[in-house]
Amino acid sequence: MSEKAYLGVDVGSVSTNLVLLDERGDVVEKLYLRTRGEPIAVIQEGMRALAPVAIGMEMAGVGTTGSGRRLAGVILGADCVKNEITAHAVASARVVPDVRTVIEIGGQDSKIIILRDGAVLDFAMNTVCAAGTGSFLDQQAARLGVPIEKFGELALMSATPVRIAGRCAVFAESDMIHKQQMGHRMEDIVAGLCEALVRNYLNNVGKGKDIQPPVVFQGGVAANAGMRAAFEKALGTPVAVPEHYNVMGAIGAALLAAEEIERRGGPSRFRGFQALDMDYSASSFECKGCPNLCEVVNIRMGHEVIARWGSRCGRWDSF
Amino acid sequence: MKVTFAHMGNLYITVKALLEGLGAEVVVPPMPSKRTLSIGSRHSPEFACLPLKVNIGNYIEAMEIGADTIAMAGGVGPCRFGLYGEVQREILKGLGYEFEMIIIEPPQGRLRHVLQQVGRLVGRNPVGRYVSAARLAWAKMMAVDELERSVQRVRPVEGRRGAATAALASALRLVDEAASMARVKRALGEGQEMLLDARAPGADSSDPPRIGIVGEVYVVLEPFVNCDVERRLGEMGVLVERSIYIGDWVREHLFKDVLRLRKGRKPYDLAKPYLRHFVGGHGVETVGSTVEYARQRFDGVIQLAPFTCMPEIVAQDVLPAVSRDLGIPVMTLVFDEHSSDAGVLTRLEAFVDLVERSRRRQSMTGPPRARG
Repeated sequence: MSEKAYLGVDVGSVSTNLVLLDERGDVVEKLYLRTRGEPIAVIQEGMRALAPVAIGMEMAGVGTTGSGRRLAGVILGADCVKNEITAHAVASARVVPDVRTVIEIGGQDSKIIILRDGAVLDFAMNTVCAAGTGSFLDQQAARLGVPIEKFGELALMSATPVRIAGRCAVFAESDMIHKQQMGHRMEDIVAGLCEALVRNYLNNVGKGKDIQPPVVFQGGVAANAGMRAAFEKALGTPVAVPEHYNVMGAIGAALLAAEEIERRGGPSRFRGFQALDMDYSASSFECKGCPNLCEVVNIRMGHEVIARWGSRCGRWDSF
Repeated sequence: MKVTFAHMGNLYITVKALLEGLGAEVVVPPMPSKRTLSIGSRHSPEFACLPLKVNIGNYIEAMEIGADTIAMAGGVGPCRFGLYGEVQREILKGLGYEFEMIIIEPPQGRLRHVLQQVGRLVGRNPVGRYVSAARLAWAKMMAVDELERSVQRVRPVEGRRGAATAALASALRLVDEAASMARVKRALGEGQEMLLDARAPGADSSDPPRIGIVGEVYVVLEPFVNCDVERRLGEMGVLVERSIYIGDWVREHLFKDVLRLRKGRKPYDLAKPYLRHFVGGHGVETVGSTVEYARQRFDGVIQLAPFTCMPEIVAQDVLPAVSRDLGIPVMTLVFDEHSSDAGVLTRLEAFVDLVERSRRRQSMTGPPRARG
């Protein structure tokens, strides 16, 4: 009997991540790809890359998460389609069993999850502001001419970080330009930016939350050593970055799929690797049924409509 | 004179019955839609809260189909809503609309002033007509509340997705069309029947998680602005209850002082350990109702607030302490014209997961002790 594998796919705004877990929940293979606004093509690309590894394993369960979770779920034939908050919490609790706080910062959103005894107790996601997320850091690194990979290292070299106004991404940028013109050193500005973004995060997303150690920092931005150091300084506690920090959502999705299969039993609904070579397409039309004028999206496999969503009232959801 | 008013959930059924019963010609605005919101936002101050924006959209859409008189509730206290009637009048005048706006202020002990304002809307009526119109409107309001409470119980156990919501829509139509007390009663009976029929077989034995909805009255009652949280939670299998139903709100706000109806003061007492001052709007009720839901062993509470709502911001700052002391999960959702369905749905799903996982755990280990 071949070994069982669980697939987790996290389709986010910036990156699409795939992981293959073995029966023990260990990572066999992981992929971190840029979504580039083409989720379907990226999922197909990722699956083609996974196929050689997955050969010889039995695909026992498939889970999807992230903002594109429904789309990915339909295309793959997922057993479990879950929101990214639950997925991140599940993955974190597996990797650090006594975790009590998860800080997750991705491409365009950031969240905080408070756990006690392995269960989610409270959570929050950024609402009106995306300062401090990966997209903003990317942009600032590019503007300063620092490769994003070096951004964190540079921040760590600073002895006297400058204070940057972190309330708003645009004002933070104006303030950084001002500090550059004043003649402050690059590393002090970069470190100051990290501190400002951490302040912003703790005052907005983390507001009113009971942040207790152990603290785990995950999501793409956890690669940034400057951000990690700024969190440690602000919280006064060590902050752990797990080995697979940038694919934790996908790991969570795979673990949830395994849980679902255990509960429901039976074979996975996975469409198989061959099905992924089919021609998938998305098209939309405007429903004229009421003044809401909803954009209804059709997902087709070949010519067949396999899913439809987008109407506020739900009238198009069944077909 | 063609009278219109702003939407707030199913309140239109009651207001229409009252005004028509008093002989007014009524134009119900089209149900709020994206068009309503975009018209309203375009002509409103950016940092006014959502109710003002949607109200403006309602009035403009009603005037497009013939309304020339607007009835609006006033208010007192720190919540900005009390000022909105005047602000809306100025905005619409500035846009060049010709209309009359009649603002009905809460009585604060003097019913005469209210009657004068209503008289301006509907002309002179014999006392008997006031009584019968009010009775019919009241009966409809109670029927709407009962149907809404029923649909909240049916949704988590409906046989086919959307069946409960469809049954509610038919039931509300019957209540809206009913022209006498007897017909309202019959419509309510038939409506309840339809809702019961929407349930799946074996629904009686299910034990869905229960979530209480608290917060600012307008976003709590108006599904268009709250991204339909009640329906979405219901369809995820959750039994929802709201801290506010229209009947309660009218009792509290229009008749409380006049008729000395002091029932429903309970939230104030329950909120006392956390919030002792009136903070405007429903801030204190939000806190008190959360305590009440915790005592009734609800599985969670969701607070709804319009962006920049001061009373609810005060309540939001207090709620973590309530949550910690009483061991009930609480989440806040804030709405404005930029709110996205996807964002709300993600948070609702995560909250329901949280609630279900803690229920599963409790069923294994017994009820939790309050932390604190």
